[in-house]
Amino acid sequence: MTLAATAGHPGFLSPNGVEIAFVLVGLATLGAALITVTTKQLVHAALWLVVALGGVAVEYLLLTAEFIAWVQVLIYVGSVVVLLLFGLMLTRAPIGRSPDADSGNRWIALGASLAAAGALVWVVVDAFRTTWIDLDGPAQGSTKASGEFLFRHWVLPFEALSVLLLAALVGAIVISRKDRQDPQGGQGTQDRRGGGGRQGSNGVQGPSGPQGGDDRRERPTVNREDKS
Amino acid sequence: MHLAYPAVLAVLLFCTGLYGVLARRNAILVLMSVELMLNAVNLNLVAFDVWLRDALHSGQALTLFTIAIAAAEIGIGLAIVLAVYRNRGSADIDRLRDTAETDDAETLPDDFDGVAARDTTADQATAPAGKAKKAEATA
Repeated sequence: MTLAATAGHPGFLSPNGVEIAFVLVGLATLGAALITVTTKQLVHAALWLVVALGGVAVEYLLLTAEFIAWVQVLIYVGSVVVLLLFGLMLTRAPIGRSPDADSGNRWIALGASLAAAGALVWVVVDAFRTTWIDLDGPAQGSTKASGEFLFRHWVLPFEALSVLLLAALVGAIVISRKDRQDPQGGQGTQDRRGGGGRQGSNGVQGPSGPQGGDDRRERPTVNREDKS
Repeated sequence: MHLAYPAVLAVLLFCTGLYGVLARRNAILVLMSVELMLNAVNLNLVAFDVWLRDALHSGQALTLFTIAIAAAEIGIGLAIVLAVYRNRGSADIDRLRDTAETDDAETLPDDFDGVAARDTTADQATAPAGKAKKAEATA
């Protein structure tokens, strides 16, 4: 709607095919994002997030950033959403509608986000009213160009990023593993499980007993983190 | 292509994610909204990189770095959420009130179904009990 409202400027009156495609895909992306943040069904939110992220990937393609588009598809749609779905499953998210998906300050959040959207759209449209992107010529984000600028000018940050990913991998495994067994035969672990059960939710422990479920629950958690 | 199209789309995506971060209660839904905000920033970076025709292509390189850091962030974030869920039996961020300092904040609101047994009228009596309970669940 806001995109249509900005059509009063002279440059918007003759959109070419790329702009029309961009606006249509953008509307689909925005709609999917809105459903993601408003739906009551947690799994549906993750699945609509796939649509939103895929729409952003198509926008990258329209902006001639091909390599980033495929990286987006691989990493976001391929691994981040899968991680989110695993997280939803491991926290035993309800399959149906969950009435407490939104917190009590929903209207404050709506007001804040609408105010931010209004202010930012106003500023951005006013600032870039007479600016055009020249999409002609060779694609600026093709795989060849990406490899050249990434491994010619950005090698050191790239390698530092691999160290960061390794640290994140190790950190995720350390955080999500079970507590170490005490030398006295895991007495502390049992106490902790009892405390968690008393906290108010019965969904912490599986159908198996506290002792039997200990090892069985550790391995899928560690395997899941390997994907990140 | 007019530069306002990707810029406005990025703004709207960012504000959608902002609403999700502020309004959602489940921690995993908050992480999804954070992903939306990161994608809005990435879209801005790519659009301005293509517009400026930077020789170093800083925008696209930073977009790749942002995507990688977002993947690391979602892994760590989900690990923390799972650890909290394992200790507390709940991933609702409204219930994580350990750093609340006043007695008023120690008692949970009425509308939490799981802990409805707590008496909210006797603040002074329940606050130490709540602290003890939290310490037990956190340790």
